[in-house]
Order: sequence, then C-alpha cells, then structure tokens
Amino acid sequence: MYTVELSKDNFGAGEAASEAGVDAGRAAAFEARVAADEFIEPKDWMPEAYRKTLIRQISQHAHSEIVGMLPEGNWLTRAPSLRRKAILLAKIQDECGHGLYLYAAAETLGVSREEMTEALHAGRAKYSTIFNYPTLTWADMGAIGWLVDGAAILNQVPLQRTSYGPYARAMVRICKEESFHQRQGFESMMQLAHGTPAQRKMAQDALNRWWWPSLMMFGPPDDNSPNSAQSMRWRIKRDSNDELRQKFIDVTVPQAEILGLTIPDADLKWNAERGSYDYGAIDWEEFYAVVRGEGPVAKDRIKARVDAWEGQAWVREAALAHAAKTTMKAAA
Amino acid sequence: MMPIWEVFVRAKGGLSHRHVGSVHAADARMAVEGARDVYTRRMEGVSLWVVPSAAITASDPGEAGSLFEPAADKVYRHPTFYKVPDDVKHL
Repeated sequence: MYTVELSKDNFGAGEAASEAGVDAGRAAAFEARVAADEFIEPKDWMPEAYRKTLIRQISQHAHSEIVGMLPEGNWLTRAPSLRRKAILLAKIQDECGHGLYLYAAAETLGVSREEMTEALHAGRAKYSTIFNYPTLTWADMGAIGWLVDGAAILNQVPLQRTSYGPYARAMVRICKEESFHQRQGFESMMQLAHGTPAQRKMAQDALNRWWWPSLMMFGPPDDNSPNSAQSMRWRIKRDSNDELRQKFIDVTVPQAEILGLTIPDADLKWNAERGSYDYGAIDWEEFYAVVRGEGPVAKDRIKARVDAWEGQAWVREAALAHAAKTTMKAAA
Repeated sequence: MMPIWEVFVRAKGGLSHRHVGSVHAADARMAVEGARDVYTRRMEGVSLWVVPSAAITASDPGEAGSLFEPAADKVYRHPTFYKVPDDVKHL
C-alpha cells in the first residue's frame, strides 16, 4: 500500500535555497548526481531539505503500511473460507513487512523508530487517507486488494528508481510482493461478481464506496501540489499525481467491465482523441477533510495503534531485561 | 531502546550472504527470529546472519576518491590489457 507525500508545513524550497548559499559546491555536486540518476546512500552528503522530505515521505509510507493492516484485520476472523483467511493473513503480514522495510530505510536518514512511532501517535505524521474509511462488508477485502493495492502498485513501481538507495531497494522488495495483493483482490471480486445476486450487490457496493477514495490516493491535482516540482527534480517522485491517476483509471475501467460492475462515475467516458477516459470531478473537500483527520474511522485507527504500542510495552521491556541479564551472566 | 541489527540472507547454497535490511531486537536470537519473519516469507533464503549495526564501520564517502580512484589507472591489472596474436591459443 502507499501514501502520497502530504506536507503539513511549508518547508522545502526556501530551506534548500539558503543552504545552497552556504554549501553551494556540495549542493551542486549533489544535484548533478541526482540528475544523472545516481543513487544517494546514507553516508553521502545531502541537502537538509532532501533528508527531511525523505524522512517525511518514507515514514508516512511506512505508517500507511502499518495502519493499512487495521481495515483488513477487521475481517480476518470472519473470512468466508480457510483459503480466503490464509490469503488475507499472508497479505496483512506482508503489509507489516512493508512497514518494517520502510521504517528501516527511514532510520538510515538519522531518525529513530521511536521518533517516527511517536509522531504517528501524536498526530504529527500522516498516513494514506484511504485507511480512514471503514471496511463494512467482506467485499471490501476484494475491493481493497483490487483498487487500493492496484493504485499503490502504479505509485510504487516508479519509486524503485527513486534517488535514495535504501528507499529504492525497499520499494523493489515491496513491489515484488504487491502484485499478489492485487490479484487476490481481483479474484475475490470476480467470485462475488459471478455469485448470487446478494454477492453481486455486495461487490458493486464495495466498488461504489472505494472508487473515489482510490482516485484520491494519488494525491491532490498537479496544480495544487506545491512540493511536486522539487520532489521530481530530486527523483523522489517520478510521475505527477494526475498522470498516475489517469493511468489507473485507464487500466481499471476495462477490469471493471470484465467483472460486469459499474464504476460510480456518470461522467466517465472514453475519449478517443486523448486515448484515455475522461472522468468526473473529484470531491477534494472530502480529501482534505480526511487528511485533516476527519475520516470516518481516523480516531479508531490511531487509538488501535496507540493501544497496541502501549499495551505491548511490557514485552519490549521484558525482552531487553532478559537480554541484559543474559549478557551479564555470559560476562560473569 | 531496541538495538538495530543488519540482516544478511544466503539465497541458496553456494552463494554469499547478502545484505537485505535491518531489524530491531533485544538480542541476537530475537534478531534471527525477526529477520526470518521480515525477510524470508517467500523462500528468499536458506541461511541468515544478523550483525549489530553498531559493529559495522563504513568507509567515508568523502574518502572514496583516495580509496578507489587509484584503481582506475591500473588497467594493466586486467587480462584484456595484454595484446597477444590471434593465433596464440589457450592463453
């Protein structure tokens, strides 16, 4: 799964500019390396704004993977068959792994796991808006795999070539694992769409609810995405939000047709001239409300994370105490 | 705070262990167990190493020039530097 990089404050361009004055030589060398598609590694010199933007982007991405386990965990004990349960469990375990790969990549930039966790729990760090919607029926498991993971793949594939080495390598691992997520979701939707009238209705209802939030996953429209230009120059973003959104729509509409389901957009129609689908207006007010934490289940999501972290603190403490005791015994 | 461990996976017998990422763990045994769950869910390996991150000393990128550039003008270390007549065999 994935998050677009959403800034809560407005640093970036100004900071880079003032720094360039102090460190013009190194900054120019850095820009040249990035422009030549070289990878930047943890010990290499980098502008402070690059480091900060990456920490924000990678940690938001990691938080999204971790919070993303919650909507699916909701259906784990009620999966309709052992096969579906094993698949869902494996997918959720993957999301946890993806979160850990990404936290590890962010830690190479000098931020600690504790700081990132604390920022999420205190509401200072964001995660993808998509996880602030509730999973109301079993069909949502199929729709999330098909649409949400489908959108994530389009976002993540270009990030395998992102300029920061540890992030790029984490993305390679993640992308390898992600296609199973999308395919199991589509297969599940297909089974429902070809099932009883009630199952079919459930599948359509899930598509109706997840379609627009999935389009919003690509982030604000290009003309309202202030940090995009710099992030693209730094190769930590490789395609524009609107380009990826259009690509997603173009590949997904034929898939919905095969399922025999209707995309909930009256304005959706093929534009032969552009070779793409035209689509209706996205409710960006809803998007910004969800970014601000007003999603239907935003409070539940953070509470679940805080409860897990605090409730399991004793396990971490006991493990450290045991390790200290064992080391002491070995030394004696 | 949980120490960080660097994780190395041997993909199959005969290959060297290769760095894949890191995990947090209280001790070495937990680090191996964590690395198993995080990095080998799909038969990625047959063996794991975990090393405390703090035990690794890395070369300074600022010294990369003095460390590695001298090799660039020593092409005579490569067999292809030496020209031999085409009709010489087994060389």
